[in-house]
Amino acid sequence: MAARYGNAEAEKDGGWAVEARGLVKTFGDNRAVDGVDLNVRAGSIYGVLGPNGAGKTTTIRMLATLLRMDGGSARIFGYDVEKEPQIVRQLIGVTGQYASVDESLSATENLVIFSRLLGLGRAEARRKAAELLEEFGLTEAAKRPLKQFSGGMRRRLDLAASLIAQPPLIFLDEPTTGLDPRTRAQMWNTIRRLVKTGSTVLLTTQYLDEADQLADRIAVIDRGRVVAEGTVDELKASVGNSLLHLRIEDQGDIREARRIVEQVLQVRSSASAEAGKITAPMAETGRVTDLLIALRGAGIHLAEISVQKPTLDEVFLAITGHGVKENESPESEKSNVAEVASV
Amino acid sequence: MSTTAAKRGAGRPLKNYTSFGQSVRNSLTMAYRGLLKIRRTPEQLFDVTLQPILFTLMFTYIFGGAISGSVSDYLPVIIPGILVQTVISTSIVTGVQLREDMEKGVFDRFKSLPIARIAPLAGALLADTVRYAIATLLTFVMGYIMGYHPDGGLGYVAIAGVLVIACSWAVSWIFAFFGVIARTASSVQGISMIVLFPLTFLSNAFVPVDTMPGWLQWFVNINPISHLVTAVRELANTGTVGPDLAISLIGAAVIVAVFAPLTVRAYMRRT
Repeated sequence: MAARYGNAEAEKDGGWAVEARGLVKTFGDNRAVDGVDLNVRAGSIYGVLGPNGAGKTTTIRMLATLLRMDGGSARIFGYDVEKEPQIVRQLIGVTGQYASVDESLSATENLVIFSRLLGLGRAEARRKAAELLEEFGLTEAAKRPLKQFSGGMRRRLDLAASLIAQPPLIFLDEPTTGLDPRTRAQMWNTIRRLVKTGSTVLLTTQYLDEADQLADRIAVIDRGRVVAEGTVDELKASVGNSLLHLRIEDQGDIREARRIVEQVLQVRSSASAEAGKITAPMAETGRVTDLLIALRGAGIHLAEISVQKPTLDEVFLAITGHGVKENESPESEKSNVAEVASV
Repeated sequence: MSTTAAKRGAGRPLKNYTSFGQSVRNSLTMAYRGLLKIRRTPEQLFDVTLQPILFTLMFTYIFGGAISGSVSDYLPVIIPGILVQTVISTSIVTGVQLREDMEKGVFDRFKSLPIARIAPLAGALLADTVRYAIATLLTFVMGYIMGYHPDGGLGYVAIAGVLVIACSWAVSWIFAFFGVIARTASSVQGISMIVLFPLTFLSNAFVPVDTMPGWLQWFVNINPISHLVTAVRELANTGTVGPDLAISLIGAAVIVAVFAPLTVRAYMRRT
């Protein structure tokens, strides 16, 4: 393993920002993180995707020196997280799932204090705070106490606080959970801009579309283990880019309809007999035309046809063989419906 | 590999330790944060303003006649006693607030910053000396209004005040330790009261020791609170520096030497 991630390769490709081997964290009987390996290239956005309780936050907290690891090892830009934590802290910025800013102080006061802690002088700290507030569109709210801030403003301030020292690696733990779609898009733009300035971003998310929008590579994590790793395209290919849902008018035709679907699309389909519904992964949208013609030729009438992007649940089902647990299912899945067409 | 990292560090020197100077600077910044918080929520100063006024009035008029024959004779005894009792018990709040503060997300950021580990704790404790100073000042002012004119003069009274504030700061490390290891803020309050009540009342703060049974006198005489009260009385009432001042300062130093490292270690383990 060591040879494979040796210096030569690392230097050539800009190096590894994060190399984690077999990370383990147990809380009582619960192995929250159970042997996680992560390799993040410097200058990229890396997404860690998984449902609540999968071990995403615990993994990030261990990498960010906030939590002691029970097993494994991790290096940040080559520095050992356990042996050289104070160096690692000089290379990272952390934006937690719950805003890690001071509620009782104003936005300016927060940023000034963090700047001073990072060694900036009094005047320099003020200037840096003003500059960051301007950049994150918080200038008007600068003097207000944080209690009056909206969730989005708080997140932006939190991110601003992580950028004071311009750290080369930034951890973002669920940066958009609980934000409205517009604020979410703003956050995405900010994250993209960060990477353009040379930073590396490791973010966790419950949303496939967020990982899709931002990440160069994704690790899917479930029950403390990495169950899949690859580029967004590789990951999607394993479930199909989109899913085709068909509802047959006469349920007696369902067997014949499935045969035609599988023949034309050359994939495996699944059916639920009661509702007369057929679901099949679809690589090319163009094939739908062929399929509709074939179905009409066979005299099968459709009640409904829709094409949907795979939800996190379906990605999970495909990769792990079990779905996201009912009460842990993220609310955004509904918003993943890409297009719905009726015939 | 390390050359890559150094480059990424944007020219900052990377080192895996914090210098003493940096620890002091970080602690002062954290103290500044504590002061800002007090300014934002002045209602948390209620206890240090009301308690000295109420306790001084109550104890003096209730016990004055019975213990010293008259209120004016009791004042030189009770004011130093009540001062130590009030200010020391104020330091419990430090532990309670630290516990509440640590629950908040901002402590995660403090932990992830390359700052001295002791700074968030030392800063919070340092900011609270403002609370002790308010309580000290108000106790002396109340005493003065009721007719307490210490013979030591303003200079020695000020020294006595500083001594009490310094010792309370030292004692607050004990409660900070409880604050770090306890699960909830109210349990910090509970444990701290159990420790503090016997310490402040089983002392010479309110009554002359020679009226107590022999076995109790033994405890009262070794109680560090008694030494502190005696030191304050000597300073304020006669302007003399006795061995009790040295004992108080040594005691304070020992408390800090034991509890500061314990607290920082517990703080770093707790995540």
